[in-house]
Formats: sequence, structure tokens, C-alpha cells
Amino acid sequence: MLAIYKREMHSYFVTPIGFVYLAIFWAVSACVCTLTTLHEFSIDTSMYFLIMLFVFIIVVPILTMKLFSEERKLKTEQMLMTAPVSITSMVVAKYLAAFTLFAGSLVISCVNFIPLYLYAKPQSAIVFGSVIGIMLVGSAFVAIGTFISSLTENQLAAAVSTTGILLFLLAISFVNRYIDTYFIRSIIDWISIFQRFQAFNYGIFDFTAILYYASISAIFIFLTIRVYERRRWGA
Amino acid sequence: MIKIENLVKRYGNNFALDDISFTVEKGEIVGFLGPNGAGKSTCMNILTGYLSSTSGVASVDGIDVLENPLKAKKLIGYLPEQPPLYLDMTVEEYLNFAYELKSCTLNRKKHLKEICEVVKITDVYKRVIKNLSKGYKQRVGIAQALVGNPQVIIFDEPTIGLDPKQIIEVRNLIRNLGKSHTVILSTHILPEVQAVCDRIVIINKGKIIANEKTENITRAIRDNRRFNIKIAGPQREVLAMLKSKQGIAYAEVLAEREEDAYTYLVESDPGIDIRKILFYTLAERGWPIMGLEAVGMNLEDIFIRLVDATANKKTSKRIIK
Repeated sequence: MLAIYKREMHSYFVTPIGFVYLAIFWAVSACVCTLTTLHEFSIDTSMYFLIMLFVFIIVVPILTMKLFSEERKLKTEQMLMTAPVSITSMVVAKYLAAFTLFAGSLVISCVNFIPLYLYAKPQSAIVFGSVIGIMLVGSAFVAIGTFISSLTENQLAAAVSTTGILLFLLAISFVNRYIDTYFIRSIIDWISIFQRFQAFNYGIFDFTAILYYASISAIFIFLTIRVYERRRWGA
Repeated sequence: MIKIENLVKRYGNNFALDDISFTVEKGEIVGFLGPNGAGKSTCMNILTGYLSSTSGVASVDGIDVLENPLKAKKLIGYLPEQPPLYLDMTVEEYLNFAYELKSCTLNRKKHLKEICEVVKITDVYKRVIKNLSKGYKQRVGIAQALVGNPQVIIFDEPTIGLDPKQIIEVRNLIRNLGKSHTVILSTHILPEVQAVCDRIVIINKGKIIANEKTENITRAIRDNRRFNIKIAGPQREVLAMLKSKQGIAYAEVLAEREEDAYTYLVESDPGIDIRKILFYTLAERGWPIMGLEAVGMNLEDIFIRLVDATANKKTSKRIIK
């Protein structure tokens, strides 16, 4: 499992993908942070995190698109699947590699807040609570991207559909306020990845949210494993 | 060492493998022969745990591949049809990855160095796989299968895409591996199995149509029953004479090579040497022999006949024996 994890991390940085991801993510996050706080003479970071959610919709697929589709196309997965490694550890290793890069870059992007602390007193609970919250949302995004990558051997198709699905998940929570039926609203609230993130933005540390995002990640990792098990049966 | 029992692989109504059974003893080199799409790769993929069978059992050293995949996979080194190479890695990184992936316990440096020497990739050890030639890529693929020194090595078309010199090198390599490992290799090149394997399993449309020692198959090739004979004389009369002669099972005109001299293909009845008979008879008639050459039945002939005779098991036995 460690071997696969190491290989994934290695491949992010011998191909341009890792660098492209980091460049886009850090550049955009710095711009957004400047525009929403310094530029506005505000210490309120909620707008920053909200916009970052949309940035993730673009950048997370960069991380996840190749995880399985490339292996499938180059037939290298045959090496993994005939090695004495279980499918579960293969999938988890790949997920963790993508998540490590995501989480690492997010933590480093916290340098964006240094100017805020230099010139004002932001509420650390809200800022870092939101960082944790957004990391949880990201973990679910990475899991969804991982799953979609296992469905196709075309990287571009994987990336575009991941973006599409993530966008859909965010969009429904904004549409939700226009729906009158309580029943449908409560279902959409439940599906909506965005809804639970709101609490962090208000500085509330919601433990059920941790459970929620962890479950979403687990469900999609599980589905990815199922995809591979099913492929062995030649469906 | 390897046991395959009643293996069936079905895709919808399509049988990729239809009730296949065979065993491979320890230290044997077995050649898996069949046309494209016969089920060779499917069988190997099941044996290595990449695919699951619809029914039937595949086991390595008594360990069922389906029930205990991790343990069984540890015993197998596999080179798939397309070598599973990570093109962005160097050979060194790649082999180290294979080493870690198989959670190998041998001395890493020494083991990898030995493998590189065996497959002759030491001089490209530090290079990126993407930039290697096809022959080197294939050899890196073989090296990957050897990591961990598995007891069973499975090669799916190992010489495909190599130049003639490399093919000979790879064959020698496989023969050497066979001294200390159990080897299965698949190919559709007939002389290849003849050169390398102890036993040949011929497979067509998902069924085994022959499972014989290589000697038995080569004996059929050595049998001098067929000759190309060039005779100067009137074509029609000569052919009629050949056909009516006792001891000759079959005769046909091949081509006119020289003026008035035709080449005929003659096949004798089993156990009869017709060369003397032909000499005396033709001398008597005043038709000189301009040339005589034995035509061995090659593996291609055997193979085509076996494939045609799949429906009738008895004929296939008769052709080989």
C-alpha cells in the first residue's frame, strides 16, 4: 500500500500535473484572499472560503482525474491487480495520495492569512475552523473524483464529469431556497455538500459534519473498490 | 505446481474459456499455443488473479487463486501482453516500486542488480522508461516479473515486437529461467514453443485441443513421409503413375520448374520408405529424377489440422501420434 502511495506522489511531481495544480490553486487562492479581505478592508473570511469551494470544483479534478483512468489506459493496473496487494489498499493508497497533496496545499495556502494577522485581529476560531471544514469538504470531493476516475479510461472525461458533479452538488443547495415542499428540501439539504459547510463559516465546529464528510468519502471509496471488484468478474 | 480444473469464463453467451483443465509440474516450461482470441490471455489473467473465473478452480502450489489471492499472487511473477510500465519512472524507480509492491524481503540492491544482469538492462538502469526502445521495455517488463524471485513465472507473448536477435535472447533467458522456475508462456509463434517448452498446450476457441510433450509433436515433424520430387517426363502420365503406385497415399503436381520437369508432392503410407521404389520405377519408365527433397510436416500443418479437427477428438490424437 505504501508503495502505491509513494508512486502516486512521485508521479504528481515528475509529470506537470502536480505543479499545474499547485500553481493554479495557490495563485487563485492568493488573489481571492486579497480581493475579499485586504481589498475590502475586512477580516471576514467567509466570502474567501465560499469562493474557494468553487475553485476546488476546478482544481480537485486535476488531482483525481488520472488516478485510475491512466492506469487503465496504459494497462499498468494489471501489475497492481496481480501483485499481492488487495484492491482496498490499492484504492485507499491512491485516495490518500490525492488527499495528501490537496490537504498539504491547503495548509500551505494559509500563508494568505498572514497579512490579516499583521494588520488586524481576525477570529482564529472562524478562520481555522473554516480551514478544517473546507478540508473535510475537499476530502469528499477527492473521493468523488477518485470514484469517477475509476469509471473511465479517458482522463479528460473523468475531469469534466467530476467538475460537473461537484458543481451540481453545490448548485442544488443554492436552488433549494426556491423549493416549497419541505420534504424535498430536507432531502436536498442532506445531499448538499455545501449546507454543512455553512456552520464552519459561522465559527461553529459541527461534529456531525465531520461524520458526514467522512461518510461521503467512505461511500465513494467503497464504490471505487466495488468498481474494481466488478471489473474482475468481467461485467 | 499449477492446477487448473474445469475453468470456465463466460462473457454473456460468449465462452472465452470452456471447461479447461490441465496441470503444470514444478520446473516445467509449458507453452500455451493458440490463434489470437483463443483464450490464452484470459486463462493467464485468471491464473494471476486479474480476472475471476465464472466457474472452476485455478490453484498455485495448492493455494486457490480466488480464495486466497494475496498468498497465491506472491508465488507468481506475471508479464502481461502489454508490459505494465509506468513510463514516467526510471528503470531503477520502477523496479524498486515492484520490489516494494510485492513486499519483497530479499536483499534489495543485490536482488535488483542480479535481475538487471539476467535480463541485460544494467546499462539503461538510470534511464526513464518512456525513452527506451521496445526491446528494452519488454525486458524491463520481464525484470518486473522476476522481482521477488517467484516460483511461477507467467509470460504472455514475451517475444512480440522484438527483433530476431532479441527474440533469441529472450528465448534463451526463458530456457534458463525454466531451470529453477515453473514457467508458462503463451504465443502464437509455433517454432517458439518448440524451441523453448517441455510441453505444449494448444488451445482454440476456449477449448484445449492438444496437451502433449514437445517431443511427441516434433516426432510428427521428423517423420519422413512427404517428399518434393522433381521428375522430367510428361506431367499427366507421371502423376497417374504416382497415384496408382502402391505405398503412395497422396500425390499432386506443384509447379513446373524447368522445361519438361515438374515438381510433385508425394506422401507415402505410414512405415514405408518410398524413395527406392520411386527410383526404380521411374528409371524403368525412363523418367529421370531431377531432385528429391524431404518435406517435414511443420507445426503450422499440425496446428491447422488440429484446429480443423477440434470437433473430432480422435483425429487430433491420430495426427500427433
